[in-house]
Amino acid sequence: MANPRVLVLRAPGTNCDLETAHAFERAGAVAERLHVNRLREQPSLLDSFQIMCLPGGFSYGDDVSAGRILGNQIRVRLADDVRRFRDAGKLVLGICNGFQILLKSGILLEDDVPATGGPATAQATLALNESGRYEDRWVRLHTQGSKCVFFSGVESMYLPVAHAEGKFVPRDAAVLAKLEAGGQACLKYRPLEEGAATSAALPAGANHTVPYPDNPNGATNDIAAVCDPTGRVCGLMPHPERHIDAVQHPQWTRMKKLPPVGDGFVVFQNAVRYFL
Amino acid sequence: MSLWEVDLYPLEGQPDLLGRRVTAEAATLGLGKIDVLAARGFLIQSGAHSAELKQADIDKIVRELLCDSVVERAVVGRPADAALRKAPAGHEQLVHVLPKPGVMDPVAQSVLSAIADLGLKADAVRTMTKYWFAPLADDALKLLKAKVLSNDAIEQAVVGPLPFDKLEFGSKYEFKPLTVPLLSLDDAALMKLSKEGQLYLSLVEMQTIQNQFRELGRDPTDAELETVAQTWSEHCSHKTLGGRIRYRDGDREISFKSMLKETIFAATQELRKRWGDKDWCVSVFKDNAGVIKFDDQYHVCFKVETHNHPSALEPYGGANTGLGGVIRDPLGTGMGAKPICNTDVFCFAPPDMANDKIPQGVLHPQRVMRGVVSGVRDYGNRMGIPTVNGAVFFDERYLANPLVYCGNAGLIPVDKAFKQTLHGDYIVSVGGRTGRDGIHGATFSSAELTTESESVSGGAVQIGNAITEKMVLDVILAARDRNLFTAITDCGAGGFSSAVGEMGEEIGAEVWLDKAPVKYDGLSYTEIWISEAQERMVLSVSPEKWEEFEALCASESVEATIIGKFVPTGRLKLLYGENVVADLSMEFLHGGRPPVVREAVYDPPAVLPQPLPTKYTWDYTPELKGILGSLNVCSKEWVIRQYDHEVQAGSIVKPLVGVKNDGPSDAAVVRPVLGSKRGIVISNGMNPHFGDFDAYHMAASAIDEALRNCVAVGADPARIAILDNFCWGDCEQPETLGSLVRAALACYDMALAMETPFISGKDSLNNVFRFQGADGKRNTISIPPSLLISAIGQIDDVAKAVTMDLKEAGNLLYQVGATRHEMGGSHFAVVQKLPGGQVPQVDAPLAKRTFQAVHKALGTGTVRACHDLSEGGLAAAATEMAFAGGLGVRIHLAQVPYSLMLNPRSQEAAERLARDHEHLELHPLSAMPDATAVLLFAESNSRFLCEVPQAKAAAFEKALTGIPHALVGEVTDTGRVEILGLPQPTRDMPEEPSELRVPKVVDASLEDLKAAWQQPLRW
Repeated sequence: MANPRVLVLRAPGTNCDLETAHAFERAGAVAERLHVNRLREQPSLLDSFQIMCLPGGFSYGDDVSAGRILGNQIRVRLADDVRRFRDAGKLVLGICNGFQILLKSGILLEDDVPATGGPATAQATLALNESGRYEDRWVRLHTQGSKCVFFSGVESMYLPVAHAEGKFVPRDAAVLAKLEAGGQACLKYRPLEEGAATSAALPAGANHTVPYPDNPNGATNDIAAVCDPTGRVCGLMPHPERHIDAVQHPQWTRMKKLPPVGDGFVVFQNAVRYFL
Repeated sequence: MSLWEVDLYPLEGQPDLLGRRVTAEAATLGLGKIDVLAARGFLIQSGAHSAELKQADIDKIVRELLCDSVVERAVVGRPADAALRKAPAGHEQLVHVLPKPGVMDPVAQSVLSAIADLGLKADAVRTMTKYWFAPLADDALKLLKAKVLSNDAIEQAVVGPLPFDKLEFGSKYEFKPLTVPLLSLDDAALMKLSKEGQLYLSLVEMQTIQNQFRELGRDPTDAELETVAQTWSEHCSHKTLGGRIRYRDGDREISFKSMLKETIFAATQELRKRWGDKDWCVSVFKDNAGVIKFDDQYHVCFKVETHNHPSALEPYGGANTGLGGVIRDPLGTGMGAKPICNTDVFCFAPPDMANDKIPQGVLHPQRVMRGVVSGVRDYGNRMGIPTVNGAVFFDERYLANPLVYCGNAGLIPVDKAFKQTLHGDYIVSVGGRTGRDGIHGATFSSAELTTESESVSGGAVQIGNAITEKMVLDVILAARDRNLFTAITDCGAGGFSSAVGEMGEEIGAEVWLDKAPVKYDGLSYTEIWISEAQERMVLSVSPEKWEEFEALCASESVEATIIGKFVPTGRLKLLYGENVVADLSMEFLHGGRPPVVREAVYDPPAVLPQPLPTKYTWDYTPELKGILGSLNVCSKEWVIRQYDHEVQAGSIVKPLVGVKNDGPSDAAVVRPVLGSKRGIVISNGMNPHFGDFDAYHMAASAIDEALRNCVAVGADPARIAILDNFCWGDCEQPETLGSLVRAALACYDMALAMETPFISGKDSLNNVFRFQGADGKRNTISIPPSLLISAIGQIDDVAKAVTMDLKEAGNLLYQVGATRHEMGGSHFAVVQKLPGGQVPQVDAPLAKRTFQAVHKALGTGTVRACHDLSEGGLAAAATEMAFAGGLGVRIHLAQVPYSLMLNPRSQEAAERLARDHEHLELHPLSAMPDATAVLLFAESNSRFLCEVPQAKAAAFEKALTGIPHALVGEVTDTGRVEILGLPQPTRDMPEEPSELRVPKVVDASLEDLKAAWQQPLRW
């Protein structure tokens, strides 16, 4: 098969589209940045792509809440097209703001429609960080199971997060249990130094085990990424496209020998290899 | 017409972050423990230009757009409904905080269009925050309102229920031509008009305008007078520094025709001539940013601006639009550069100042700092431009005049560095709409702040909308690459008036003011003309490209509007519909300003004695901790982490480095072209404390510091360009202006000696605050002379960059550059409150050779870590390197290279000491009582501390041939910073022979020292 084609979706306020497209191209894909207005005018444009990526940024300024407005546009105008795309065995990746958009569009985790009637409700959200502010810092991540296409073969990664609204919150314990059991909570924050950081205090009643700042936002069960039941639709808070070269590592000057690629590169490679 | 109110409260079990913020900030301001519950809210109006939203509609809007039902619950109703007014138990005191009408409310705008996405329509939206307090005393509530909840300049705080049931719109504007009766005014009346009309022009300038209109035989229109005031403002014309100055210092007298041109610009011109074919400047002091060569494909450009006065009144909005404004400078340079990184440097009063020391009309410095940091954060992060470098300085004199320097570097294709407006081109406004916000910003920046500034000039304060600017950026770069326009500039201070005036200066322009899109009804033609509403760019577009240009903008939902035409008349003509509302000759506008002539004097102050500690055996650990924990030196991690410094994926050396990503980097290395190796290096230098001694040495030291920061990470010193930003006090005072001229002379000397060109700059004068104290006396606070030098360097391969964290135990430590007896203005002196002393000077030829040698050593891979010696001297630098690397250090002061002269008394003492201890080899400084403090803490320029593996020591030393340097210690695995003092002859018993003992002058664990450094601003 020819190199897969990636649609990198742009919208007002998207700002990681160039480096995300670059990361996919380095991994062997052909990437095209497309404005959401084009896709709204002509949803069939999706047909010519194998991968759709929603990159990071501040779509519509994160106004109201992060990812909500673009998520709604997708929900109202494009949801069926994106679901068809997914059902055709294709991949959807949301990074940071892209994760927020995917989650709020109802594509990543479908809304629950109560059997008793009444409006559908979201299964989970990404809420304001426990610290109450935007933070840029590097975190250690471990994959959980092999459900997600993007993290296949990966055990651990060191990547930056940069967000204000990244605290994963499920609606209730049942949702959380289902995600965990299904291998959908596919990436988790881990202590930077195993064992060492656990002495830091967790807030009372915390629903996660890794203390701040290694869990940078207070995410429930330390969840950094979630995939859908197919494992082909995934959203993650950290930025793999910011660590595809060794010299992007914050401590690369401490290394005796630089590795050939950065930890995040495998995410893009996995996506491309899926089609080869 | 109907109004809905939507309140969103955190669900039970979810944190109330809005309330928590209020409680925390109230506590730090000494207002006690405040018990509060908060909700974010929306007011949604419909029914005037749309169908009324019904209950089902608003429920849909809440469910599908506003409320995140996983973490929030909504209360919906009409503002008067009991459900909305029902107080949570124990929290009966209600306060609403809303933006004032007309103030930019980006979230409200987004909600309006998102409601349309749902297939519904509303007319207006306003956001608000609702606070429910446990019962509070009236004065506590008043204090809380003013100090924590709202800022009068942009927000209204309503105690109790909302007093309105509809949102106000502007009313329709009826055209009414206005003329100003200028011809009949006497001098006193002219000055009254200048001040009350917020023109801030001098008498001779007002008289010149009067004479011009006398010749024309008519009074000016209001638009004409405003246009002249904007164009002639200090902000737009730099008339003081670009003007005539008679300067005297000592026996010397210099008459400048144009001070800046003859100092800072002149140095660059001389260098470019000297370099000939090898000149790497492209466009300097001409465009919105300075442009230099980068590689075969791209140039880079760099600009730093200040936004001081707006930030004093509304820190968030001022800093927000400060950064937004400077980003438009590279975007408006040449045919448009892509912004690649931001820098920001702030000066505040100490954030722990007591409330009762804050004069009326002045915001508490902690509030200023929090607001400024948030403002920069929200603009830079949203624009997707990494903020990679900066600094924060503290001094009480910045209380009423905080300084906010924002910088931006851009990348521009080599064939897009120049522009040319052609006649017949349309004048096109792109981006944000014009509103009443920011009227008189340009002239206001020339006025000094007073207690009343807030009420007089509140209109000059505004909030930005970064996403609008990001959308503009995206289409402009696309349009540039398709050659759809001929020239571009930013709409900054002075608004259309300045932008069109500048672009049409050589041609002439006709502007159709009624065509400009406005945010709301009611703007007069003059308001449209001078509004400084944000996120607007002005372009010249040829008629044959217009259609394609407009379609491109529309495809990304960016508004582009033709507002006039460049016509070869040499005149600026403004129309509102059919009516001519201004008609001025470009020649008068740009050439008619009478020269400002100013006196400047400078008396270099005498060097006063400084009472330094004189014990050899002193334990200096507490002093070292005092410096590390001082506000200027301490960790700025709280600030840095809030900035996205990695977006665009080019960050190679980050602002925080080391084994725990928390050590203070000297400079940032950014790789702006994905897939390329070449990098730019961004650093800065500034030390207002030196300015209290001698502005010349302050300027020279700032340049040295900026350069050595750049060199420390690997920049080639032959390719560093710098910017100047002068923030000074009242320059009508000859002494104040004198110190500025003296600093400019240092800039000239240093630029030539170091072969480092200035490529752009900016000044902000009049940073003084006059107020009446509690005692009824008139007081004035003037900022210290504050020259920021920002440097942009280059590195051919980013993988050769070096960071400051120590890497491996067993490696050697070298000090490069000699320590001199320069403790005046040092942080040791500041923290210990020691007056006097010699301020650091720069030996420019030696500095140049030192930077070349260090660069060579770094380039050959002999250096594992490098840190410049600055605030806190050798002791602080070694400590920072140690805790950043998680490794210990042992330093031997006896080996530190120095250039110290013994005074006659010490000389005598040395001889006596040598006689008494003939059998010992004494250190030459053994009889200099303050040598230990000097070697530890002096802030002499052009010095570095380098970590070198033993195997590379010979190669390192070879690179440093001819430069003062010495092996001063080693990296250890002890986890301690140990500094050994000068060996002292001692004897245990009087009759025994003396022997040398080496005292430990610093000994502390890394954790201890790091905690001292991190504690002050760990908010």
